[in-house]
Amino acid sequence: MIEAKAYQEYVKQSAPKTKMMSTLLKAFLTGGIICCTGQAVADIIKVIIPDMSKENIGAFVSITLVFLSALLTGIGVYDRIGRFGGAGSLIPITGFANAVVAPAMEYNREGVVFGICSKMFVIAGPVIVFGVVAGVIAGIIGLFI
Amino acid sequence: MEIFLTYLKVFAVGGVLCLLGQILINKTDITPARILVLFLLLGAVLEVTGAFKFIEEFAKAGITVPITGFGGTLARGAMKGAEEEGILGGVLGGLRAVSGGLTAAIFFGFLFALIFKAKTKPN
Repeated sequence: MIEAKAYQEYVKQSAPKTKMMSTLLKAFLTGGIICCTGQAVADIIKVIIPDMSKENIGAFVSITLVFLSALLTGIGVYDRIGRFGGAGSLIPITGFANAVVAPAMEYNREGVVFGICSKMFVIAGPVIVFGVVAGVIAGIIGLFI
Repeated sequence: MEIFLTYLKVFAVGGVLCLLGQILINKTDITPARILVLFLLLGAVLEVTGAFKFIEEFAKAGITVPITGFGGTLARGAMKGAEEEGILGGVLGGLRAVSGGLTAAIFFGFLFALIFKAKTKPN
């Protein structure tokens, strides 16, 4: 264990320092652009269907962004956005969609069931589990207020 | 001018959330899955405490498009369900509120994984 720790320290020292400011700026820009895309989708659908409820507009925006992200992941473009944007491409819902599609694609040669269907939840699984648990807790809190 | 200001706020809040995520990536060994879970829980906590609504009024898609919006919407759905239909509503409401995004992710994920083959990653 001590050797492993010492080795990690050594790697940390010898590895080139990440260009902190540059990665932060890129994450900020990428995240900002993706959020503005979502806002634009919401504003456009509000013009087309004025009666749509706020909840449904939110759902529509999510579905649109997830579709775009899945498609861009499929054709290999989201990978490039990810290399540029870092967390800026991970934290928006497009990053969640990418985390579903990318491993599913990666493992599709292992078959539909154990390749695609299992691996699509490698990253999304924990997110869904924590989401559902947090939702139940929120529901219980909602009972008392 | 007003629309410009709106998008500026969306951009700034969404950008700052991603910047915080990037700091976590740069400073710690935290994995992407953990970062997503962290921001999801942050969204849920903001919603339960009532802060989410205020941020959303100000930043709109800046807080709802990041995964915080997923957590916030889930928590809001569960609380709203509990308020209106009791315990059953609380159980049903969470996933019902995010079912659109979740269904889209699974459906398009499955579809595009069938259609496209992963390219070997350049080193």
